[in-house]
Amino acid sequence: MNTITQTLRSPFRGPGGLTKRIIPCLDVKDGRTVKGVNFVDLRDAGDPVELAWNYSQQGADELVFLDITATVERRKTMVELVKAVARQINIPFTIGGGINEIADADALLNAGADKISINSAAVRNPALIDELAKAFGVQFVVIAVDTRLIDGKNIVHLNGGRLPTEKETLDWILEAESRGAGEILLTSMDHDGTKAGFDNYLLKQVNNAVNIPVIASGGAGSVQHFVDVFEQSNVDAALAASVFHYGEILIPDLKRVLKQHNIEVREV
Amino acid sequence: MIGIITYGAGNIFSLTAALERLGIPYGMINKEQDFEQFDRYIIPGVGHAGAAMNKLEQTGLVPKIKSLTKPVLGICVGMQLLTSYSEEGDSKLLGLFPINTLKFAANPDHKVPHTGWNQVSPEKENALFENIPNGSHFYFVHSYFIEYNIDYTLSSTTYGNKFSASIMRDNFYGVQFHPEKSGAYGETLLKNFSKI
Repeated sequence: MNTITQTLRSPFRGPGGLTKRIIPCLDVKDGRTVKGVNFVDLRDAGDPVELAWNYSQQGADELVFLDITATVERRKTMVELVKAVARQINIPFTIGGGINEIADADALLNAGADKISINSAAVRNPALIDELAKAFGVQFVVIAVDTRLIDGKNIVHLNGGRLPTEKETLDWILEAESRGAGEILLTSMDHDGTKAGFDNYLLKQVNNAVNIPVIASGGAGSVQHFVDVFEQSNVDAALAASVFHYGEILIPDLKRVLKQHNIEVREV
Repeated sequence: MIGIITYGAGNIFSLTAALERLGIPYGMINKEQDFEQFDRYIIPGVGHAGAAMNKLEQTGLVPKIKSLTKPVLGICVGMQLLTSYSEEGDSKLLGLFPINTLKFAANPDHKVPHTGWNQVSPEKENALFENIPNGSHFYFVHSYFIEYNIDYTLSSTTYGNKFSASIMRDNFYGVQFHPEKSGAYGETLLKNFSKI
């Protein structure tokens, strides 16, 4: 009995076979991927659907599309993208960027999005989280949090980390959870782009404080960084962009190494 | 041809997209006369089980659904509706399976919703899981689960406790995971259902 309990409680396993998720993130503008992509065998590296399909074939567990379209037509282009992805891709995906109201979320849900990710709009109007959770269920609502250290405190930032808020990161995450967030996507702006590893210390703190899944983001540079983030913080998922786009890390290789470290993963 | 029972509980775009990719013909069921055109049925559903049950009752299709003798597949909340009762909203459901839908107890080791890919192990041999290896991963996202039952559990998954990943009774089937989001094995399961 003790052995069973220990196995179930082991920090290096998803409990009872639930796997740790690997999530490539695609930045999209006007329906096209914008971050450079250096992939073999792609007809069109700018086509988010083709890229998404490629990742799903490699064994990505989930995808995140961040839409940075700034035009008035943005909702229409997002909906078209979501429909195109949902038609072709057989794994779950999240869409984020500029979702401000229930109507945006409703349009994306009906186009086939599994989840939406909300960042600034939730900070500016926290009641939006309650409304979204009530309308669509908590499983649909991912709260993205960009955090940066200021004077030793983790502070929530907006506008891609440029604009500090009054909110301390852990406080805000707990508030988001209590309002109905189904998942937290936590990006450390101090680590993002450094390729020096995830912010395992903060991630562990957050992961221990909440009872909803946490996705680590910011800082992935090597396979070992993924091993570290799962072993040290026990988060549920890890997200990265450029290391996947440039082929620096191939998902099957990454999962093989995670498995060697007894971290539960889904292999395809 | 599969008839999808539409009652306004959740989005079915991904499900119909998957059926289209697989070349499985389907149509929509909005009223009782529509049932005849199809040889099998899917009850989709996401969100709140109690709210979904209310919507289903409003369609007036409940007596017809209960009397179906052709294969029926409930997906996620659509599966939970087949059970007797859900703790979600303290709701009385269709009662086609005399078992209950219960809430996961949240703790740091077992976060709720149960979100992600978990292993599914067949408890019985069935055509629904043909060509799907024991322990294959399927995509789950749910806060309530159907209790394990030796008579009705077709496959099980463990998350804190062992629960029903799928159930079967006569012509009625249910899956807790989302086959339309579960990669190649999810597609295999949909194909299997189209041939049952």
